[in-house]
Amino acid sequence: MAQEFIISAYTENHIGLLNRITIIFTRRKVNIESLTVSESAIKGVSKFTIVVKLSEEKVKKIVQQIEKLVEVLKAFYHTNDEMIYQEVALYKVPTEELTKSNQIEKLVRQHSARILEITKDYTVIEKTGHKEETQVLFEDLNQFGVLQFIRSGRIAITRSPIEKLSVFLKQRDAELESLD
Amino acid sequence: MDKATRTITGAEAVIKSLLEEGVDTVFGYPGGAIMPVYDAIYDYQNQINHILSRHEQGLIHAAQGYARVTGKAGVCFATSGPGATNLITGLTDAMMDSTPLVCITGQVASPLLGTDAFQEADVIGLTMPVTKWNYQVTNASEIPEAIAKAFHIASSGRPGPVVLDIAKDAQFQEIDFQYEKCTKVRSYVPSHNVEPESVEEAAKLINSAKKPYVLFGQGVILSGAEQELKEFVEKTGIPAAWTLLGLSALPTDHPLNVGMLGMHGNYGPNVKTNECDLLIAVGMRFDDRVTGDLSNYAKQAKVIHIEIDPAEINKIVPADVALLGDAKKVLTKLTAKVEANSHEEWLAEFRACDKVEFEKVIEKDLYPTKEKLTMGEAIRMAAEATNNDAVLVTDVGQQQMMASRYFKFSQSRSCVTSGGLGTMGFGIPAAMGAKIGQPDRHVVCIVGDGGFQMTMQELGCIAQYNIGVKIIILNNNFLGMVRQWQQLFFDRRYSFTELQNPNFVKLSEAFGIPAKRVAERDNLQGAIEEMIAHEGPYLLEVMVEKEDNVFPMVPTGASVSNILLEP
Ligand SMILES: Cc1ncc(C[n+]2csc(CCOP(=O)(O)OP(=O)(O)O)c2C)c(N)n1
Repeated sequence: MAQEFIISAYTENHIGLLNRITIIFTRRKVNIESLTVSESAIKGVSKFTIVVKLSEEKVKKIVQQIEKLVEVLKAFYHTNDEMIYQEVALYKVPTEELTKSNQIEKLVRQHSARILEITKDYTVIEKTGHKEETQVLFEDLNQFGVLQFIRSGRIAITRSPIEKLSVFLKQRDAELESLD
Repeated sequence: MDKATRTITGAEAVIKSLLEEGVDTVFGYPGGAIMPVYDAIYDYQNQINHILSRHEQGLIHAAQGYARVTGKAGVCFATSGPGATNLITGLTDAMMDSTPLVCITGQVASPLLGTDAFQEADVIGLTMPVTKWNYQVTNASEIPEAIAKAFHIASSGRPGPVVLDIAKDAQFQEIDFQYEKCTKVRSYVPSHNVEPESVEEAAKLINSAKKPYVLFGQGVILSGAEQELKEFVEKTGIPAAWTLLGLSALPTDHPLNVGMLGMHGNYGPNVKTNECDLLIAVGMRFDDRVTGDLSNYAKQAKVIHIEIDPAEINKIVPADVALLGDAKKVLTKLTAKVEANSHEEWLAEFRACDKVEFEKVIEKDLYPTKEKLTMGEAIRMAAEATNNDAVLVTDVGQQQMMASRYFKFSQSRSCVTSGGLGTMGFGIPAAMGAKIGQPDRHVVCIVGDGGFQMTMQELGCIAQYNIGVKIIILNNNFLGMVRQWQQLFFDRRYSFTELQNPNFVKLSEAFGIPAKRVAERDNLQGAIEEMIAHEGPYLLEVMVEKEDNVFPMVPTGASVSNILLEP
């Protein structure tokens, strides 16, 4: 029953809102698998992308609670299939290993990764992709000893036509004006 | 609106903003971090009535009582640290019971934030889960706007408590004061316009139902939809039952008022939930104390849910038709669409249940023949002595359930009780606030000997301001409700529920509040009438049977069909 869902929320960029959102999960003892918050296309509006493993029924209720927060503009959820999503991973490997053979360079090509920086001691490789993909590269690179590895939270975009935040904000304005 | 500007301190801006919002009463308790505000209010005593409680829990419950009877937001002042943390129970209670509050807490000066300064507490963090909105002010220029927003958010949509935490330096800062009311926050949609298609759909279900049944909650009171509810049930002839917080929205003696839902509600309203073919839930949220075992709750019925808060739709009971919006507007539209009808036979089924309940339970409670006094008879007499027109305030426990079952009401906003949180200690301070909000009405506070001792220091406040509440302690020398569960479900193992009580009469007199104790039936009615006739506050201790139980009862986890009429 539990499966991965991507919860997205547009919010005001206000202090404390992250906390208000996370306590909705904590209170229900739900783990957040990944979380990304950043400014959206519109200044002052933040976008939250939260990945959870839950039943759809539970996700629905959590989204209702998020949307209920005074400073949340809109919240919704999607299955992975309904979205295009990516994560970024960074890997630090010893430069010595890179120069010893062409193995690492091959991996970088195969995985469509890229090298960001090379110093005398280490090389930083970047890959974007799904978690499984960045994980495979990690395991492959780890044969040569990964010195450091970090993966970002997920970002995602809907497959549905267009998501025009500015249009939504206009509609919201009209909605609030029309409340009799 | 006063558009003229002059420079004033942030503290004075707080007071002036409150005046702009029409605030006439503040419940508060001073301390270091809010002293500038206290200094400012000193000059406004002719415009704002400040009530000094004896504990911050007392002041916030008082503000709740005030809000519940007036419909206006209750306003609280407290200092930083312990003052603010003492508000937490009241905030949680108000959040659960949708009570509008604007609480202003002092905070340490902004340069000290996060330094573990004296009396610093993370008030924003602490109150986040128990407020509808909170905000920390560190600059005086934010004060008018923050207060305007606080009142808008607290009072609109599904109401709730709001906290404004104002740093001390912001209270000293000077600003040009200008006030504009807040009517709109773009990220906040307080209500929804009623969807005509859903109204049509609901009307169709109602018109074709054979055994429709209305369950109403506090949403009716919060939206001021009492008249609309009455017109709806009268046109359709549908029996209507209330949740604890819906109490008094429909007069007790209305022919379609069939009684109380829930664990200690009436027999008919509970069992008929599982026999109706259509449930029409109005401004209620299917609390587990109402539904009992959900897997056996109204499975046979279609459900119409009228609700202002979208997060309540399908939260507990799935709705076949959801009518999102303000109850008053929804009911007006719905009444226009439904056919006039009557359901005499169906209603008679409720009345038949009433008869059973009367014989097995009510008669013994209200007209006992045994020697010891019952809670029920004292409550009945208190209602009679006030012509069924008093405001009832209760504490939590057996006395709360008995009072909601047996007190009678002729007007709305007349019952103040802690429903969602079940907060012992709520009664006495909430009664203070209710009396201040409704000074011309009788306010009767029914409280147990246990709960009384949680906030009894407020007798000091009651005496200081001569707040004419009538307090009835129903003394069974036990934490009665817990003892009842121990008797029924834990083999009578009375683990830490018996109380050694003080002399309540002397205690009350020590505060300067006249008091009396009654233990005999012959003196009960006279004592109650004497109390009601007395000008000003009065405390009556009624010695009741120690081991009486509240019935009917839906045991935890049982279906509403399996409500017990006796042990
Ligand atoms: C603050 C708080 N603590 C504990 C409880 C649990 N509780 C519910 S009812 C009750 C007993 C109340 O006893 P009393 O005030 O004497 O009233 P009675 O039930 O006897 O009418 C207790 C302890 C509670 N509801 N609130």
